[in-house]
Amino acid sequence: MEQILIQTVNGLVNGMILALVASGLTLIFGIMDVVNFAHGDLVMLGAFVGATTVAATGSFWIALLSAALTIALFGALLQVTTLRPLLGRDPLTTILATFGMSLVLQKYAIWQWGPTARAIREPIPGQFTLFYLQYPWYRLGAALFAGLIIGGLYLFLRRATFGVWIRATTQDRIMAQAMGIPVPLVHAVVFAIGAAMAAASGVLFGPLAGVTHNMGFDFTLRAFIVVVVGGMGNLGGSILAAIFISLLEAYASLIVTPAQAVIVSFVVLILTLLFRPTGLFVPTAR
Amino acid sequence: MILRLDNVHTYYGKSHILHGVTLEVNPGEVVGLLGRNGVGKSTTLKSVMGLVRPSEGSVTFEGQTITGIPPHRVAKLGVAWVPEDRRVFKLLTVAENLRTGLDRAGVDDGRKRALLERAFTYFPRLGERKNQLGGTLSGGEQQMLAIARAMMLEPRIILLDEPTEGLMPRMVSEIRQIIEALHQEGVAILLVEQNVPLTLEASSRVYIMEKGIIRHQAPAAELRQNMAVIHEYLGV
Amino acid sequence: MAPRSQTPYWVGFSVILVLLIVAPLVLPEFWRRFVTEILIWGLLAMSSDILIGYTGMVSFGHSAFFGLGMYGAAAALLAVKPANLWLALLAGLVAAGVIAAFVAFFATRLREIYFSITTLVFSQIFYVIIFTWTEVTGGENGLTFSQPALRIPGLFDVRFTPASLHWFVLAVVVISYLVLRRVTQSPFGMVLQSIRENEPRTRAIGYHVERYKIVAVLLSGLFAGLAGVLYAIQNRFAAPDFVFFVVSGEVVIFNVMGGMGTLVGPIAGAAFFLVLREVVSRYLIEYYLIPVGIIFTAMVIFLPQGLLGFLKRRLNS
Repeated sequence: MEQILIQTVNGLVNGMILALVASGLTLIFGIMDVVNFAHGDLVMLGAFVGATTVAATGSFWIALLSAALTIALFGALLQVTTLRPLLGRDPLTTILATFGMSLVLQKYAIWQWGPTARAIREPIPGQFTLFYLQYPWYRLGAALFAGLIIGGLYLFLRRATFGVWIRATTQDRIMAQAMGIPVPLVHAVVFAIGAAMAAASGVLFGPLAGVTHNMGFDFTLRAFIVVVVGGMGNLGGSILAAIFISLLEAYASLIVTPAQAVIVSFVVLILTLLFRPTGLFVPTAR
Repeated sequence: MILRLDNVHTYYGKSHILHGVTLEVNPGEVVGLLGRNGVGKSTTLKSVMGLVRPSEGSVTFEGQTITGIPPHRVAKLGVAWVPEDRRVFKLLTVAENLRTGLDRAGVDDGRKRALLERAFTYFPRLGERKNQLGGTLSGGEQQMLAIARAMMLEPRIILLDEPTEGLMPRMVSEIRQIIEALHQEGVAILLVEQNVPLTLEASSRVYIMEKGIIRHQAPAAELRQNMAVIHEYLGV
Repeated sequence: MAPRSQTPYWVGFSVILVLLIVAPLVLPEFWRRFVTEILIWGLLAMSSDILIGYTGMVSFGHSAFFGLGMYGAAAALLAVKPANLWLALLAGLVAAGVIAAFVAFFATRLREIYFSITTLVFSQIFYVIIFTWTEVTGGENGLTFSQPALRIPGLFDVRFTPASLHWFVLAVVVISYLVLRRVTQSPFGMVLQSIRENEPRTRAIGYHVERYKIVAVLLSGLFAGLAGVLYAIQNRFAAPDFVFFVVSGEVVIFNVMGGMGTLVGPIAGAAFFLVLREVVSRYLIEYYLIPVGIIFTAMVIFLPQGLLGFLKRRLNS
């Protein structure tokens, strides 16, 4: 019983970080129909920038901020140079283009930071007793922080002018333009936001599992699954899906090895595509 | 002259839709554009708005060439578009829909409030449904919203694409009144319509289009006397 | 489009064929193996082209077909003694075929992006299973086995020499190429291309798009599995690395850079890429992939027909 509760906590923690990655991805997809194959690599880059900054300044929070900002800028640059020319082309092309980007980013990371893994020290030290385990405070802190960022995004989309612009452009790009909304700018900003959130996840995740140059692939794969299960473009759905899938995986790893537990998320994806392809957490049409 | 199209040719992929359209709208004028389905009336408006790029010819607005510039810049210059299918932002509230036209540079909160008040005066039903999602409005209400939204841009010309399509007669006369009210405010209107009587009533001049080119133009008064021309081109 | 004379094409084809036949006789062993591997990857890339280039479906899961062909052959070679070449071929093709049928089922129900993600997920599922099911698949270390002999009962029974193995692989690849070429130029192939160009219209004309897609996936999967079998026979081992996504990714690169929808293009892409890797990696280790990746992305954006397609158009005009 205690094991199940512990896994619940684990699942929630992992789910929140995954939700942070996935919400960026689904936001990007919703507004410009781009499936960003390189999204996980943005997580990875953020983690590396974060690790380097922590080593230089000793502050985790500065590292988090600088990683988010750097990768946001980088993401905007990427969008403008590589993805903007592809607007309107078939999805095949954008998948291939972002795949190419992913390749370059991974190899660049090796070139820039070397092949060895990096570590980021936990900013919140110490543990508390959770049943029979010593559970790190940081895990809760990371989940909480991820939640705060997502909450901030939600408020931004609801209230801020630019948030309304983003929502309008997502619903009808043509009409948004006709209303004077600078859609090219909105696209770049959304990509930057998605990249920033990915980078933040990378830094938050760093103390939990280290920073390696190929950590991106796992994130990309998981984020894809979450986005599809949650409903492409559906922000709330992807958050719920992230938590749902992470919980299932956490429970599964009580029975099988963690390496095998990932199959759970794959199975969920396939079932979703078979029976509810628009997404498990999408409200059914009235 | 506030808007002028000069020999505009526009393609949709390989289809040659506009074959050299030339027309003019003067400041504050209501100009009608009549024609059968598919002759290119909507494409004409889209060419002005920059939603499709003319391959030949030019579009001039207030003396400035705007051919092919991005739509969001055209809107900023003072051209508003009310599309045929209304295209209300379904998942935004009525207020948020209007906001997309209000959130511009150089508009302070006071003016925003004044503009909103005006919209709700013109369209009281929208005021009642301020916080309702755009997609939950009826067809007629969505049309009102689309027009009100365009008005938030404080445009000097509004491109109205078939505003009365699919509406009940009572709504049609409401639209008629809105057009008149806008005209009183000095806003020019390029009105694309299939509803001939409405167009002849509301416009001062009318162009008749056939197969992507202007075939005839005349003052509305003249056409009202001589319906034969209308019958000839529109088979009405 | 007036039919161009096919002669220059067949002349070129024959020249290359002769060069490939002669290769094991003149090249040192290392390069001989290298050429044989190029042929195998070329076959894999060709199989993928059926989907990407002709039907317009991007598969990120070809490593699954490849890997299952490999492991299927491995199973046959380990289970039955003495090692039987034809059984290995059969086992590998069946294994790949079953998975292809599975994927084909999904192919018909999913739009492009979803299909691509699903193929990716599928190959990952197999990777995880193969990686962790150590008792059966050897896990991380894979399986090693002996090379089967080329035996046609009643005719001969010889062990492969490096040269004869190369010729065997060459024969299989050339036959595959000719078969696929025939298929893509047939009415069936035309329909596939029509699906790529405009699926709704193809459906509206009356074609059962689903059936065509299923056959395309099966075809693609089988030939990819065949490549896997050849690889197993040549190298005498099977490893989970080959089921990992990287292989699928490389295949896509061969396709795009060589020229989608040309069959020959992907083979050329494979050759080009593998040679590049061999030559350049001595100096730049893995970093060569940075400019390659940049070029790849640029090609996707500006040169969607790939090198060969670009050259084709230049030569035509």
